[in-house]
Amino acid sequence: MARKEYSFYPGCSSERLTSASNYMVSVEAMCKKLDVQLNEIPDWNCCGASIGYAEGGELPRHVMNARNLAISEQVNKGQDVVATCAACWLGARETKDRLAHDSDLLAETNEALREAGMNLQYKGEQEVRHMVEVLIEDLGYDELKKPVVKSLEGIKFAGYVGCQTNRPFGIVGESFENPKYLDKLVEIVGGEPVEKYDQKVTCCGGALAFSEPEKSQAQIKKIIESAYDHGAEMIVTPCPVCQMNVEVYQGQINKRYGTKFNMPVTYYSQLMAVAYGGSAKDAGLDGQIIRARKLEEIAAKGAR
Amino acid sequence: MGDINTAMAEQYRNDFLKEVEANVEDGQWVKMCMQCGVCSGSCPLGPAWEHPPQEIFMMIRAGRRDEVLKSESMWMCTSCYNCIVRCPRELPITHIMHGLANYAHRLGLAPKMNPTRRFAKKFWNNLAKTGRVNEIELSVGLYFMDGFKTGIARAWAMKDIGIGMLKAKRLNPFGFVTHKGCKDKKGIQRMLKKAREIEDRRKGFAA
Repeated sequence: MARKEYSFYPGCSSERLTSASNYMVSVEAMCKKLDVQLNEIPDWNCCGASIGYAEGGELPRHVMNARNLAISEQVNKGQDVVATCAACWLGARETKDRLAHDSDLLAETNEALREAGMNLQYKGEQEVRHMVEVLIEDLGYDELKKPVVKSLEGIKFAGYVGCQTNRPFGIVGESFENPKYLDKLVEIVGGEPVEKYDQKVTCCGGALAFSEPEKSQAQIKKIIESAYDHGAEMIVTPCPVCQMNVEVYQGQINKRYGTKFNMPVTYYSQLMAVAYGGSAKDAGLDGQIIRARKLEEIAAKGAR
Repeated sequence: MGDINTAMAEQYRNDFLKEVEANVEDGQWVKMCMQCGVCSGSCPLGPAWEHPPQEIFMMIRAGRRDEVLKSESMWMCTSCYNCIVRCPRELPITHIMHGLANYAHRLGLAPKMNPTRRFAKKFWNNLAKTGRVNEIELSVGLYFMDGFKTGIARAWAMKDIGIGMLKAKRLNPFGFVTHKGCKDKKGIQRMLKKAREIEDRRKGFAA
């Protein structure tokens, strides 16, 4: 049996051939090395994301999240729910909080849930956690360091935490304005974190990257510019939306502002997968649009 | 929709605050705002708001119903939650802004062509169809929502990103056909229909 087991909520962007499929690949490699077993919630559905509010309203959004949690309660008994995506975590956890404090909303949610299959009823038995929380709180930095066989020495990372892994819930013990956990994760794999990365918790524009591209790209420009100013060679993030927005619009930003950005944007789990001895493929590095060459080189080398 | 708007305006005549408290998510918090402006100063898109959050709160209390509900302002929210964590009175500002935008949208007062409103609607309809987001259908649908010609121009402008995503195997070119979504699609659709009915009844939207 694995050391730890969780009820896993992967989310839409984690599926094969979707925007964060490389995140998923690296999470699988990382968890394997850490002996952490992820039991996928069967037939999970979308969390509604933040932008779902406009058409979805209140109850339909909570019902979507409650369905996942109710299936989890039924199938993955006694396990905490873990999400890798910031929006999935936020949506599911917000629903759990709301339903815990509003018995009318809970009754309405369960009334709607009965329309779905599987004879579901949401009880609120399980905790809803982000993968980063699980790593830090259940395993701890010392345990996370043990499987490291290759140091990411010589690479300077700007730890871009972004919004939704940080606010409104955040990681216990961390501040909203200057959370340190991502820098600590960089350190345990031997990399060098940018100490004074001033755009660490700046918003990338989120879903408005689609609808208000100019305004969002002004945000993204600040995030990348500051990483360059502090000598970073790569950005690392825990959020699929941050990763995508900060990576894929660099070409358009270069055109708009005359910059020459070409900054790889990676996930914490990719750093760990490489440090734990995984290949570039195991770490999902073939899923980068802007290749993370330095990580690829380390992954290609034999273990120390 | 227009009729529901008239009915709501009649019911809460001269008391827009009461209407917001009854029908907008977390609306009961609006009266707690002390006008410090930390929310507006913390918003990443702050300068783009015609009326920043604290102004919206005051306008609600002043009964400026049309100006609030027809405003583009709330549609500038990126859901970054900066305002929530910084508000000294702990108002759930992000949720209130979402709630106001949703309410304006439901009443048919939200600006028709606001790009975020249109995107949000497409996003929800996309995920509600199969229970999971179909990314290729969503993005192509967005490019072509104003017709074929503008669609081609938009897709062309985005081609480098699209090609990059395809090469990195992070976009499914056959997703229109192969995207499966959830097994219990029908159940999810019934569940969402029911949820909407209940919410409409509670908020007085039901016909």
